[in-house]
Amino acid sequence: MDAFKDVDFLDLNELLTDEERMVRDSVRRFVSQKFRPHIEEYYRKGIFPAELIPEMGRMGFFGVNMQGYGCAGMSNLAYGLVSLELEAGDAGLRSVVSVQTSLAMYAILAFGSEEQKKRWLPELAAGTKVGCFGLTEPDFGSNPMGMRTKAAKTDAGYVLDGAKMWITNGTMADVAVVWAKLDGRVKGFLVERGTPGFKQIAMHHKLSFRASDTAELAFDGCEIPANAIMPESDGIKSPLSCLTQARFGVAWGALGSAMDCYNTARDYAIERKQFKDRPIASHQLVQAKLAHMLTGITTAQCLTLRVTQLKEEGRARPEHISMMKMYDTEMALDCARIARSILGANGITGEYPIMRHMCNLETTTTYEGTTDIHKLVLGKDITGVQAFY
Amino acid sequence: MKILVTAKRVTDPDAKIRVKPDGTGIETAGLEYKLNPFCENAVEAAVSLVEQNGGEVVAVTIGDDSATINLRTALAMGAERGIHVKASDTELDSDLTARILAKVYEDEKPDLFILGKQAVDGDSNQVGQLVAEYLGLPQACFASKMELNGDRLQVTREVDGGLETLDLSLPAVVTADLRLNEPRLPTLPNVLKAKRKPVDVKTPADMGVDTTLKVVTVAYEAPKERAGGIKVKTVEELVDKLRNEAKVI
Repeated sequence: MDAFKDVDFLDLNELLTDEERMVRDSVRRFVSQKFRPHIEEYYRKGIFPAELIPEMGRMGFFGVNMQGYGCAGMSNLAYGLVSLELEAGDAGLRSVVSVQTSLAMYAILAFGSEEQKKRWLPELAAGTKVGCFGLTEPDFGSNPMGMRTKAAKTDAGYVLDGAKMWITNGTMADVAVVWAKLDGRVKGFLVERGTPGFKQIAMHHKLSFRASDTAELAFDGCEIPANAIMPESDGIKSPLSCLTQARFGVAWGALGSAMDCYNTARDYAIERKQFKDRPIASHQLVQAKLAHMLTGITTAQCLTLRVTQLKEEGRARPEHISMMKMYDTEMALDCARIARSILGANGITGEYPIMRHMCNLETTTTYEGTTDIHKLVLGKDITGVQAFY
Repeated sequence: MKILVTAKRVTDPDAKIRVKPDGTGIETAGLEYKLNPFCENAVEAAVSLVEQNGGEVVAVTIGDDSATINLRTALAMGAERGIHVKASDTELDSDLTARILAKVYEDEKPDLFILGKQAVDGDSNQVGQLVAEYLGLPQACFASKMELNGDRLQVTREVDGGLETLDLSLPAVVTADLRLNEPRLPTLPNVLKAKRKPVDVKTPADMGVDTTLKVVTVAYEAPKERAGGIKVKTVEELVDKLRNEAKVI
């Protein structure tokens, strides 16, 4: 399979440093050597190749934009490029990095004790351990504050009861960052694989994100020690701040899906002949579709790069990230659907990446805050009035 | 052992190259440069030899400022330090490139000099051979396998219809072919480390190299666009076209 080539209509690559270009090229080659040749099979069989995780750790893909504890400590732009290149392979591959880095590792770095950081971060960075993040519940998605999972103080520590759902990396995880209410206040806990009363149950029959490990986490009288609580976590703002980090990677990743769909559709349109042996690329309606896709990708790139600059300067607000996540994922889904229409029947086969990206993007526009919720976040920012309760 | 390797800058092999309208060169706006793939094989060979036998890998590049990233890529793959000889493409030909590299060799006195067999943009395939000639060193070009035996180096070359194995005394000049190895990918931590590794920047004039060119590029032209094929109606027409248009019978 051909190597992925990014789309760069406005020479935006000129804004990258040499280090960022080297990172982009390394990730691209990693994906094209280790992942792209097999992705169709992984997707069809519904498996994520867990054996890649230590290799990804060795490459330095986990904790790219985090400092210390064995993390690469690079720019937010480098982290964005890693996400883009991985998702040009598949959103499932990118999600492993998003969840490990921005949800599990970030939560431990921001809210964990020094002991917890030293215990988990180096191994999570190295990919010798896997982390996941349990916030969403079967009955509470957009409204995480309604969560029913409870923690209660015991003599030895805490006992957890409840369930978390749609947890990426959930069955592979050695450690779960779990959010539960302690006396009505949301707190974070670290729960290790094998703890009695803790079950990691694979979720099957997905028609999206098939090359990704999605699980339900069940806690039934799960006793954890006193040092399992993340001491700096306090209230729903703590997990939400992790989501702001993760959405940044999700948005960057969507650019990768969109570019892969656009490239595929453009190449196909030039090759495919219909009506008097002329390429379908010569049809005005096909050209309009390609122009629409390229404009969408380029607009999203500009938005994404600007938010990334602001994040690097510590000035990105959650509302900026909301706009970027909403816009990029919706643009990518739009591109995937249009690309599918250009490929006609061929677009639905596993021979081309489009239908796979499209199915993944149906998830990407809803997870990490649905498009609707991000609109309401922006609506509140614009009007000062909150429209969700 | 000390090994010198080349880290040649080439235009992105996956990019579509456009010739400038006046034919004086290629359009470079928006064009990215990569490390020559054959040089990646050379760096990989050098780094793995040093990992097994100890020593140091020194990477050298010749080019303008844009060649820095290629030198850094070699450093991220494991070279210890870099030498950047500043010169633009129009100031260089294969002969001058070879004389600059020969001077670097004389200054560094390595046990082995590994180059990419050719650059994938210019495709001249001359520099390694010229360097060996200028230095009076044994050479083995298009290496597909290398093995160090004490103070001698066995190099297998792919030749028409088979393999040829050479046994060289050191120091020697070897040029790397694609099948020599699978170049490692720079990891993110190594990309950061490469930024801090020392790079010595100099010019051919600093080194006392005569910069007179033997070969000057006169013009660049893009290949002619291929016209589409046609269907002939009769055998006679086909024979006529083969004889009078294609002039092959």
